[in-house]
Amino acid sequence: MRIALAATCIADAMFPQAPRATVQLLERLGHEVYFPEQQTCCGQMHVNTGYFDEAVPVIRNHVETFAPALDGEWDAIVVPSGSCTGSIRHQQAMVCRRAGQEKLGATAEALAAKTYELSELLVDVLGVTDVGAHFPHRVTYHPTCHSLRMIRVGDKPLQLLRAVDGIDLVELPGAESCCGFGGTFALKNSETSTAMLSDKMSNVKSTGAEVVTAGDYSCLMHIGGGLSKLRSGVRTMHLAEILASTQSAPTPVDVEAAPGRDSEAEAAR
Amino acid sequence: MSTFLGFPTRRGAKTLPDDGAHPGAPGTSAGPGWADDVPHPEAPLRWGATFPEAAKQALGNTQLRRNLAHATSTIRAKRAAVVGEVPDWEELRDAGSTIKAHVMSDLPRLLEELERNVTARGGVVHWARDAAEANQIVTDLVKATGETEVVKVKSMVTQEIGLNEALAEEGIAAFETDLAELIVQLADDMPSHILVPAIHRNRSEIREIFLERMGDAPPDLTDAPRELAMAARAHLRRKFLSAKVAISGANFAVADTGTLAVVESEGNGRMCLTLPETLITVMGIEKLIPTYQDLEVFMALLPRSSTGERMNPYTSLWTGVTPGDGPQEFHLVLLDNGRSKALADDVGRAALHCIRCSACLNVCPVYERVGGHAYGSVYPGPIGAVLTPQLTGSTGRSDPNNSLPYASTLCGACYDVCPVKIDIPSLLVHLRAREVDQDRGRPTAWGAAMKAASFVMARPGRFELAEKAGGVTRVLGGSKGRITSLPFPGSKWTDARDLPVLPKQSFREWWADEHAATETDPRGERRSSEAPDGGGSPSADRTDTETTGDAR
Amino acid sequence: MSARDDILARVRAAVINDGAHLGDAVAEQAPVSRGYRTTGEHSPGSAEAIEILVDRLVDYRAIVHRAATTADLARTVGELLADARSVVVPPALPAAWTSALTAGTAVVHDSRDDRRTAAELDQVDAVLTASRLAVADTGTIVLDGADDQGRRAITLVPDLHVCVVRTEHVVHTLPEAVTILAAHPTRPQTWISGPSATSDIELSRVEGVHGPRTLHVILLG
Repeated sequence: MRIALAATCIADAMFPQAPRATVQLLERLGHEVYFPEQQTCCGQMHVNTGYFDEAVPVIRNHVETFAPALDGEWDAIVVPSGSCTGSIRHQQAMVCRRAGQEKLGATAEALAAKTYELSELLVDVLGVTDVGAHFPHRVTYHPTCHSLRMIRVGDKPLQLLRAVDGIDLVELPGAESCCGFGGTFALKNSETSTAMLSDKMSNVKSTGAEVVTAGDYSCLMHIGGGLSKLRSGVRTMHLAEILASTQSAPTPVDVEAAPGRDSEAEAAR
Repeated sequence: MSTFLGFPTRRGAKTLPDDGAHPGAPGTSAGPGWADDVPHPEAPLRWGATFPEAAKQALGNTQLRRNLAHATSTIRAKRAAVVGEVPDWEELRDAGSTIKAHVMSDLPRLLEELERNVTARGGVVHWARDAAEANQIVTDLVKATGETEVVKVKSMVTQEIGLNEALAEEGIAAFETDLAELIVQLADDMPSHILVPAIHRNRSEIREIFLERMGDAPPDLTDAPRELAMAARAHLRRKFLSAKVAISGANFAVADTGTLAVVESEGNGRMCLTLPETLITVMGIEKLIPTYQDLEVFMALLPRSSTGERMNPYTSLWTGVTPGDGPQEFHLVLLDNGRSKALADDVGRAALHCIRCSACLNVCPVYERVGGHAYGSVYPGPIGAVLTPQLTGSTGRSDPNNSLPYASTLCGACYDVCPVKIDIPSLLVHLRAREVDQDRGRPTAWGAAMKAASFVMARPGRFELAEKAGGVTRVLGGSKGRITSLPFPGSKWTDARDLPVLPKQSFREWWADEHAATETDPRGERRSSEAPDGGGSPSADRTDTETTGDAR
Repeated sequence: MSARDDILARVRAAVINDGAHLGDAVAEQAPVSRGYRTTGEHSPGSAEAIEILVDRLVDYRAIVHRAATTADLARTVGELLADARSVVVPPALPAAWTSALTAGTAVVHDSRDDRRTAAELDQVDAVLTASRLAVADTGTIVLDGADDQGRRAITLVPDLHVCVVRTEHVVHTLPEAVTILAAHPTRPQTWISGPSATSDIELSRVEGVHGPRTLHVILLG
């Protein structure tokens, strides 16, 4: 299958390990992955903060970038993020139409129908739950709000995780409760956000997991930011990173080995 | 006169001379065993503080946090159990949602139909544009009976208009008879939940409130819920048996028959709706349902969503006046108070579908932490955040209600449980957009940031430059690989969370590196020609980018 | 302009555009969705429907009794009210139902034309009535003020309610009940699902607040 990757702006810039792992995973499964380079962002941040007019050019860029999918250039578009998938599916067309851009809205809607969050693509479109991954670590899964309630991935990520060789998957208490991120909520209502985060971290800690995983790096940035602040020794990792991990090419789990973070050893060098 | 965040309150006016201590208990200070931190606001829909300010204060209230966590988790579990046993729950929600959409779209005709039917059955219909008009109508009706006391059934709409305070100013004592409303009234407090107004109080606080304020509480009262409830029963029974005038709200009003419904648990509603000679019902104009048969939908949805029961203990239905049975004088006050303004917003009007079940409060992770008072309105929680600002409208940029649409992470739990499928997250986003649009032309930090981000993200070249500029974060992060402290407003994040520094290599740079040697397809995207397990090992690449110090 | 006219003008302005009612468009384009069950799988009066009703009533802590005949019913009533000094009854309660009351239980009569006051009812120990119907799914008994059920006040003030439900009046689902009740929608109705209760203190359920604290249900037939 020819699959176009919408890497998401936040992962492209801050958490490249997620789209990288997505590419590695899909290629390992024998698919051709494309990265249309004019992509930037789906517009979600603008929409959710109420800046609809400012969202339109961003959405236009996204739609123009991926429009070739409608001509059969790619069979599907994959997004390693539940909330970006949700915004593409439930917000883009509405915002375009509200701005009087009916044609753009219609194209956005048509593209949304070919756009899948990673676990949806794997389970629903590619029909695979055992991706041949190997990850011998204790892991707990946080179902992000938009994965769970906006695009309703259900237990697809768990189906994929359960099939991972060597994994010790433990249930997260209070899993369905929001971590408190909410985009600008974490800044505009930082105290309340922190209260929610602290409960999420307590639940993560109670599992004894080495890794907390999710399908969205924005929530993982929030949970991971809190866990890092407390030196909890728990690592955040995108679902794709676990699924990309194999016996011969394992994804490292040490907290300091997280891409983007220089190790102490390197700093000393 | 005390103040609440700088706003003068009417606490003094609330106190009435009375033989018992209820309502409007004398004194303004809390008793020894309970906190008195929510004085009566001047405006029931706009208490004065912004949500972040009030939430910050609430988060520090350990008793509140514990009470709320216990209460919301209990009721969430009850609701989930009884909803889970209904095989056609989603079909009922669809029906509830489409019936309410029909009501809103046809409100003018349905209101006239209701008026006609209530009048034909001996009721008198009154119309009130706003709170002041409604309060005046009710006051005049009570005065016409010659009575100076009324009993009240718990009603959100009379909270919304501040009826008790208005009656008190005219020398009429209103006795709340719902147990939770009684607790709130005795404590001179404000409700913090639509269904369980005293959810912020625990049993020992309630015991203290009863002992101090009820007047006739048994001196050996313990904090057992049963004993507390029996003390309230004894206290109120004398009032029920002698009351001549009752005031209620309404859960539903049936247009095609003129029938009104009050859904309750304790029997205080039946007492008020049955024994007095005069009944005055105040209801918002959105509470209509078109036909009697529609009760089969709403009476299936409301109790399970609200109290987590298959059916509430008591529901009373009455139509005008029934000779020889119940009040022989019936008045219905139809209240607008901002509803027609909400109706005019083709997206926002969905908030008027609300049947006040409070399921959205109970599942809301924000409400669970901060409680109802933080929302600064008698309508708290997710539904309050979309309803309150629409009812009040905005008085300008400093209006505290402007902060309500942001009092949510958009987690969507509220939408999932709403029995009439109000898409609260989308309404919140809509109201944010409405505010942004109204505020255009005024420079704000958020507006500048969003415009800048829009400029950058509309073109990939600009985005790539911005990514490269992000290398500055590596300087901030130093050797730690994480940013642990930023100046304001970044401190809002880093106070409790680290922020990773930007990686040395963005994804698009990695892609360009990885796939540079591969063919270029006709559209200019380069695609991988890497064999699944051949070429550079992914882990080797990863190790390379992580451990080599080459700056890009 | 009167408040009435003003409010109606505002709501009309909100949903009527150039004479076109939004209501008409909504009715046409998004008609009310009624995909829910309107009848249950168990027929009225069936053993299955009654079993569900009993389960729900017991769950609400109502006390359930069975009576195959009127004689059984009278005997049960006599036993339940043996300690009651008085019982109020509606005007058209079948006389046989009270035939086994002991001499110590005075029968108090009440009707719309001959009403006991609230204070008088407060001195009465119990009330005995029939019912319009019962809903198995929700454990709900409906009184509609007919002459074998009486004024609303008599089933409210006394502390003990003995309510007779004829088994043929037990329907499985709420929509079936509403359809029956819709024949007389303007009668004053009381829907009762167990004794009065409150959960206002820490969501802890306490039964028996202002309504009758004890509810006996006798299933007749």
